Amino acid sequence: MTPALSLTDQPRLRRGVRAGADPLSGETVLLFPEGVLLLNETAAAVIRHCDGCRSVAEVVQEVGTVYRDVVPEDVMSLLWELITQNLLVVDRG
Amino acid sequence: MDRPLGLLAELTYKCPLHCPYCSNPVAAPETAELALHEWCRVLEEARGLGVLQVHFTGGEPLARPDLTPLVAHARDLGFYVNLVTSGVGLDQRRASQLVRAGLDHVQLSMQDTDRRAADEITGAHVFDHKMAAARAVKALELPLTINVVLHRGNIDRIGPIADLAATLGADRLELAHTQYYGWGLLNRSALLPTRDQVVAAEQALAQARAVHGDTLEILYVLADYYEPYPKPCMHGWGQRHIIIAPDGRALPCPAAAQIVGLGFDNVRERSLSAIWCHSPAFTRFRGDAWMPEPCRSCPRKGIDFGGCRCQAFQFTGDAARTDPVCQLSPDHHLVEAALRAAGPLHQALRPRVNPR
Ligand code: SF4
Repeated sequence: MTPALSLTDQPRLRRGVRAGADPLSGETVLLFPEGVLLLNETAAAVIRHCDGCRSVAEVVQEVGTVYRDVVPEDVMSLLWELITQNLLVVDRG
Repeated sequence: MDRPLGLLAELTYKCPLHCPYCSNPVAAPETAELALHEWCRVLEEARGLGVLQVHFTGGEPLARPDLTPLVAHARDLGFYVNLVTSGVGLDQRRASQLVRAGLDHVQLSMQDTDRRAADEITGAHVFDHKMAAARAVKALELPLTINVVLHRGNIDRIGPIADLAATLGADRLELAHTQYYGWGLLNRSALLPTRDQVVAAEQALAQARAVHGDTLEILYVLADYYEPYPKPCMHGWGQRHIIIAPDGRALPCPAAAQIVGLGFDNVRERSLSAIWCHSPAFTRFRGDAWMPEPCRSCPRKGIDFGGCRCQAFQFTGDAARTDPVCQLSPDHHLVEAALRAAGPLHQALRPRVNPR
């Protein structure tokens, strides 16, 4: 687990970042001023849960219920990666 | 061949400002601008190709009275919609129309922290308009990037520029060294900073980043003439972006129109997908088969793609040579000569004029 991210933090997309649909594949893409990020199905599910209300623990738990092979470490490291790329921000819960 | 991700829609070359570093062509053709219905068709074709982002730019895109319906159409198609603007004409009313139409992000150019210096370089009294535009954007909670082109006249004020961007509530600040194309090339010897200025700027940048931390993301576009290797221009020729000039010509990069003999197609005559796949202008330098030595056998060719074709053309007359910025290029002495030829500190600049 990443020390800089706490289970009570509430992640949300940074202002100017939004999720959209790829016209070719129909998959979710993250769109932001200078680029795009194509997401796989589980990453898209994680993003959908990052609404600024749910805590990291809740995101992990809810995504894990639907995608049983997704382990908490994967969710945490995805969240952290998006934070370091300035796409996700957290409110301290 | 990948699909394009971004469309740069140059709606017009008209602009109320006269920035001497503008990369628009010095002699823009006088063909009529694409009409609204033509732009709408281009947007639809781009979406079909898989494009995800549209950047409305120019000139000054706000000079087009049909910008709002264009933004609305782009957003309806699902694009991320970015507006690249000088801010002149972006009052509260226009800004809220654009937000309602679905605009995602505004990139606002600023020149300096000082009103007089800023108005001098733009050749127009616009500093106050720009401040007002920034406030209008923020009042609507639109994400805002402030864009500052660096040159010898403002490069020593990176700290204050970052402070101003933070005060205006910008989410991001892009500090971009002048790219020497179009008017910028014409004024190069009067715009080039000294090596000492560039070194000091990078220190000031690190300081500004430390001061503003997470509240203001600061992006920095390098002064490529002073770098050992060239920039990965456009992320590779014909790899990610399509530029549509105001008259409908499809270009792989905004400065490419100057390259003689490339064979540009126009969206008035050919579909965007045919252009992307087959237009000689796009296929000529796609991939690495066209590369000469030293690029051909260089391990960096997948990183910088041999640099910028337009820069190679400008320096050598041959767009198929290694970017002379590269220290490995046999033409690198031409860049060194350009640096040596940089004029005295207060040299006159030739202001950009509008195409007729
Ligand atoms: S030789 Fe070509 S590929 Fe290698 S660093 Fe220079 S420009 Fe890039």
